[in-house]
Amino acid sequence: MSLSDKDKSNVINFWSKVEPKASEMGGEALGRMLTAYPQTKTYFSHWGDLSPGSSKVRKHGATIMSAVGKAVRNIDNLTRHLAQLSDLHAFQLRVDPANFKILAHNIILVMAMYFPADFTPEIHVSVDKFLSSLAWALSEKYR
Amino acid sequence: MVKWTDKERSTVRTVWESIDIDELGPEVLRRVLIVYPWTERYFGAFGDIFTTTAILQNPKVAAHGIVVLRALDQAVKNMDNIKDTYAALSRLHFEKLEVDPDNFRLLADCITISVACKLRAEMNPQVQATWQKFLQAVVDAMCAQYY
Repeated sequence: MSLSDKDKSNVINFWSKVEPKASEMGGEALGRMLTAYPQTKTYFSHWGDLSPGSSKVRKHGATIMSAVGKAVRNIDNLTRHLAQLSDLHAFQLRVDPANFKILAHNIILVMAMYFPADFTPEIHVSVDKFLSSLAWALSEKYR
Repeated sequence: MVKWTDKERSTVRTVWESIDIDELGPEVLRRVLIVYPWTERYFGAFGDIFTTTAILQNPKVAAHGIVVLRALDQAVKNMDNIKDTYAALSRLHFEKLEVDPDNFRLLADCITISVACKLRAEMNPQVQATWQKFLQAVVDAMCAQYY
């Protein structure tokens, strides 16, 4: 399911709206993931406070969303752009790649929440494909 | 049987009461068909559902979206017995409609996203978690009669 030119321009245009709120939205998405999918907490137990508003959750959500933004700017070459992050997730963090889909769902939900009028089904499918491509590039080094 | 706290019950009811089925039903099914185009395979009788424009304008899609959400009402009214409530529908979707049950999960996600568009911050993380727990019970019930 590769990204068409239309998908790419949808993602880039939509992201320009998201960008000013990206940090906040990242924190929101991560908080929701930890709340609605408790199995994901297993990767962050060393943080202590995993409640949605906690500073560690908000900060890390912002970090993740900033990486998503960088990936948008490198949308034509996700695999090469994400090579180092893939190494990190594969060899150090060893996050089960099924969780990328779960986080993607929560990012999408937050996008819908913040931009209900802009997050039309057409934008939704492009963003969904983009996040799938991102997840695929991130799992590149796993095996 | 899924266990529900009083808070979870009232959360599901509150979310459900904020939904206008006639408005959300069409939106949900349109979203499923546009975001997950392979679901078109189940709706051969609906005519043209092969482009975004066609899907958005198709009256059968809109009508069927309402049918689907009306069925969800049964689960809201029977939270302690969702499995039995959907036994016949599950059999229908397996034996006659031959629907891959992964599609129930896709539909559930689209329902949640459409509801999030409507409720926005009111769908806080706790509400989202409860609502998704509820939809998971519905999805499980819809899969229960597959063999």
